[in-house]
Amino acid sequence: MAQWSFPVEAGHIMMFARAIGDPNPVYYDEEAARSTEVGGIIAPPTFIQASAQFNPDYFLRPKIGQYWFGSGKGPTGSNAAPPEEAAGGGRRGGGGGVGLHAEQHFEYHRPIRPGDVLTPTNKEGKTWEREGRSGHLVFSETITEWRDAQGNLVVTARGVGVRTSGPAQRS
Amino acid sequence: MALSASALKVGDSRSEVVVTNLSRTQIVQYAGASGDYNPLHTDEVYTTQVAGFPSVFAHGMLTMGLTGRLLTDWAGDGRLLSYGARFEKQVWPGDTLTATATVEAIEDTDQGKVARFSVVTVNEAGDRVLSGTASARLDP
Repeated sequence: MAQWSFPVEAGHIMMFARAIGDPNPVYYDEEAARSTEVGGIIAPPTFIQASAQFNPDYFLRPKIGQYWFGSGKGPTGSNAAPPEEAAGGGRRGGGGGVGLHAEQHFEYHRPIRPGDVLTPTNKEGKTWEREGRSGHLVFSETITEWRDAQGNLVVTARGVGVRTSGPAQRS
Repeated sequence: MALSASALKVGDSRSEVVVTNLSRTQIVQYAGASGDYNPLHTDEVYTTQVAGFPSVFAHGMLTMGLTGRLLTDWAGDGRLLSYGARFEKQVWPGDTLTATATVEAIEDTDQGKVARFSVVTVNEAGDRVLSGTASARLDP
């Protein structure tokens, strides 16, 4: 995958803070943020996840002119013909199993601020399996180090995804 | 305002209702802000008819974001050193979530005093939807 980066914008931080229901002015009001300890707008602790917007290959974003596994006229496959690997409902949806986010961990080296341009480096994570309530579960870990333009570490993110072997469990 | 170590002791805890009657629209709002448009969160037709769930459900990261508000409200802006979460149960439209953080330890580190918290978020039935940990830099 080509190297890409996450340009952090104040408007994006504001929209993200609204979405997580956090009215703290430090996320949108430059004037109010200036008088706080951090001295300006910063991003909420989980904001790095919004880097997905800038990942050119992120597969959970509909892409112009390409197959999308969500509903349109029918319950799946709203756009164009499915590529072979997506047939049957997409990589994470439908078919025999479903992929879900199991864990997320962040280590913060400094707050993220508007104007930062953050670049990810992925490191090898572990994979493990176990039997769960909904059948065989496969866990895989992704470790991403985010550095600023000066090369300094800003956030280390460790995500764990789980894939079930069977259809979704109804609760 | 940041927390000071002298005003905090192991066992102290704080709770906050972080969302009331979660709407499908807020889940979509989170999809738009985060860029995670997974139909399991945004598309009721796909989620019920193809994936076999009773309805769309919240991103784990929405629950983690909602819960994070409790931590930053308590520890102060820019004070978190770490925050981790395990998504234990799905969060559904209509859920009301209450997050609780508890001080598990206060340690002297090379960054000064650091508080270690356990974090739990429950739904209105009292079921745990998120469990996690966090740490934050304290004033002396």
